[in-house]
Amino acid sequence: VPLLREEDRTAIRQRLEGMVQPVRLVNFTQELECAHCRETRTLLEELAPLSDKLSLTVHNFQIDTSEAEKYGVDKIPATVLVGDRDRGVRFYGVPAGYEFASLLEAILALSRRDSGLAPASREKLAALAAPVHLQVIVTPT
Amino acid sequence: MAIESDLVTADMVDAAEFPHLAVKYAVHGVPRTVVNEVAFVDGALPEAGYLDEVLKGAGLAAGG
Repeated sequence: VPLLREEDRTAIRQRLEGMVQPVRLVNFTQELECAHCRETRTLLEELAPLSDKLSLTVHNFQIDTSEAEKYGVDKIPATVLVGDRDRGVRFYGVPAGYEFASLLEAILALSRRDSGLAPASREKLAALAAPVHLQVIVTPT
Repeated sequence: MAIESDLVTADMVDAAEFPHLAVKYAVHGVPRTVVNEVAFVDGALPEAGYLDEVLKGAGLAAGG
């Protein structure tokens, strides 16, 4: 049974028509001992075909350790979003519910190669001198 | 913010999937933003206010 219903797919496909440049989803998963890895992978496998500008790469977290290190992925299920390059956007856990809406927004912003932030926010961020790591703790429901 | 700045990385973390992190960061309500492991911003704030809180948390507020 697919996770995305036909009407969901239609709505998502329309939403993704706003994509400009390609975006790649990089999923880290494993077969065993990961509660929602399969669900995450299935969701991404259903999502990726809904735009020809969206692609998906799946890595085994335990085997493809160099890729996990490259992206700094330390837990799974993990989804890394790559636009023109890795901009540091990751989703840990199943990107379902509200998180699915966030995922689509992030895909669209990366695809436009534009954060969409207000000019004042851009100025403040341009003045940053040291790394800022944000972890936004959420619940998907 | 992560898309805008190369110095910013942003992880969306599902509290239900990673309960140890919810405990580690004393999450009682969501969204809770953890800034550089040490500071917290609670709630969904408008963009400008959220960015200011994040920068304050990082001890990096531009212009002081």
